[in-house]
Amino acid sequence: MNFEEHAAKALLKACGLPVPDGIVAGSPEAAADAARALGGPCVVKAQAPTGKRGKAGGIRLAGSPEEARAAAADILGMTIGGHRIERLLVEEQVPIAAEFYTAVLNDPASRGPVVLFSAMGGMEVEEMAAADPEAMRRIEVDVAAGLTAGQAAATLEGLDLNGQAGAVADLLAGLYASYRALDAELLEINPLALTGDGRIVCLDCKYTLDDASAARQAVAAQTGSPDPMTALEAEAHAAGLKYIELDGSVGVLANGAGLTMATMDAIEHFGGRPANFLEIGGEAYTKAETALTILLGNPSIRSLLVNFCGAFARTDVMAEGVVRAWQKLDPGIPVFFTIHGTGEDEAIALVERELGHRPFDLMDDAVRAAVGAAIGGAAQEAAP
Amino acid sequence: MILRKSHRILVQGVTGKQGTFWTRAMIGYGAAVVGGVNPRKAGTVHLGLPVYASAAEAAREAPFDVALMFIPPAMAKDAAFDACEAGARLLVCLTEHIPAHDVMEMMAAGRANGTRIVGPNTAGLVTPGETFAGILPAFNPQVFRPGGIGVISRSGSLGTLLSLVLTQNGFGQSVVYGVGGDPIIGTTTREALEILDADARTEAVVICGEIGGSAEEDAADYAAGMAKPAVAFVAGRAAPPGKKMGHAGAIVSGGKGDYQSKRKALEAAGVAVADVPSDIPKLLSARLRAAA
Repeated sequence: MNFEEHAAKALLKACGLPVPDGIVAGSPEAAADAARALGGPCVVKAQAPTGKRGKAGGIRLAGSPEEARAAAADILGMTIGGHRIERLLVEEQVPIAAEFYTAVLNDPASRGPVVLFSAMGGMEVEEMAAADPEAMRRIEVDVAAGLTAGQAAATLEGLDLNGQAGAVADLLAGLYASYRALDAELLEINPLALTGDGRIVCLDCKYTLDDASAARQAVAAQTGSPDPMTALEAEAHAAGLKYIELDGSVGVLANGAGLTMATMDAIEHFGGRPANFLEIGGEAYTKAETALTILLGNPSIRSLLVNFCGAFARTDVMAEGVVRAWQKLDPGIPVFFTIHGTGEDEAIALVERELGHRPFDLMDDAVRAAVGAAIGGAAQEAAP
Repeated sequence: MILRKSHRILVQGVTGKQGTFWTRAMIGYGAAVVGGVNPRKAGTVHLGLPVYASAAEAAREAPFDVALMFIPPAMAKDAAFDACEAGARLLVCLTEHIPAHDVMEMMAAGRANGTRIVGPNTAGLVTPGETFAGILPAFNPQVFRPGGIGVISRSGSLGTLLSLVLTQNGFGQSVVYGVGGDPIIGTTTREALEILDADARTEAVVICGEIGGSAEEDAADYAAGMAKPAVAFVAGRAAPPGKKMGHAGAIVSGGKGDYQSKRKALEAAGVAVADVPSDIPKLLSARLRAAA
């Protein structure tokens, strides 16, 4: 889960890291009041869980409450990275002497945390990499030992940090501790500013919370920005199902993420378009009835493809849920099955007995039939 | 390491519903299960197996090579520490949704104790005709048969489908290696490929990948120098970017981990890539003919 800047900074501040004074405002009036309360020149920043807000015109300097009001009136209601701007962060202006980049993230290659630091901050990471690939320092941290003071100092060796190397090293230690305390997938500070009066301040912050840690980070998670969901996606989420609404006409019900993706790929290969991603593998294999009800709520579905290849997920249990739901809902569209793996004999017999047709032995035959029924003609081999 | 019939297996969480179901299936298949762990039921017998308070206790009473975890996410880290510190050579972690920081700590414990970790979020390992550890229907001869094809998969369901397609077309499997669908895993696709490349019983390898991360690109680096034929299927061509496709690791974000990058890397390394799983047998036949 991602966080808006103000929410991420509140969490950093609670962890003891230095952030500018700031106030969240939802209207031009509130922005003017915030500027007045801060008592000096300020920055008015669009709040959205996305980068590149400055380039989109979502960040403006204001010298007075009146300027803050005008900036807020311009920014509120803008759309940046697909997000409508409804909140602003009004912050004190910080006199910047130097800007750095730093981040801590989970690294699949080393299977542990990695700390990044560059003395060239304030631009996009891709731009930094293009400007000077050597400039980014990288330390792999032993998660059992933590980031040592020696490692932090070694990371910064030889860099021009305006004589503040010790303070920057302390900041890195604090950032790493915050990353651990917040179960972050990514905690990125860009820019990290050295001020004219010798302070270090986190001017912007990107925080991504590991979704699997949301339960034990319940307080932090409440201030996050969950991905926007359609009504059906929200219903599925509440039922503990992984469902993504797509724009095609062939409904997909399969077990396991990999098999579900492969089924969607095969639908496209044979000339159709999947209407959804929905998998009921793992612990969700008993939820076929709920899953089918949600899936059929999508009005663009013209046919349904059920592809079970059961391992942990027993196909007899899944098929029973599908058959029960199908008979109850009577959706009036054609359905095509292909079933293999744990419990397949019982599952195939059940579908044949209750719905009157035999599941296809080959997945491709089931996919072709479902695509043909959805597009009202024979399925095609996709052009290479 | 490749799971063999001689490997002694300890099942952590053996008394739960899934632990019971799959341990019974493993014993029925001939796997050398030597015991189970559940601290609350220590001293009892379950499925004819002694139940221990910990892997450490089991190591003293019933030495094991492999620990298999049927443990919920919040308790997974401690169970993994227990298994690694007790000297497991291999730890198979089936659990999905373990907090990523706990996974990194598990990996550090594996390194410190010399334990190879497979997973998390794997469906396990099958050596057809010999043994299995996990939640794959090894006992279903329509799906798994002994043979010479090594299968590596990030997804349990897709690995099962690929094995089925191979079996339907007369190709048995030497090993089915579920590496797991999480972003951080103990044994990567590339490492599994190295293991299968070194295995005398494996004639060719099927890599079953998916979008997200760089596992397929890394495996392609190794495959480029491999003499054994390799073919691949990569799931997620039809997946929209920015959406997590079920697995935590299966997401195309910021243009990284997309289908075309993986396909290009694999093909450049001489790995034939199938458009649909059903194309795997004919690509495999062609590669095996060319290699002969």
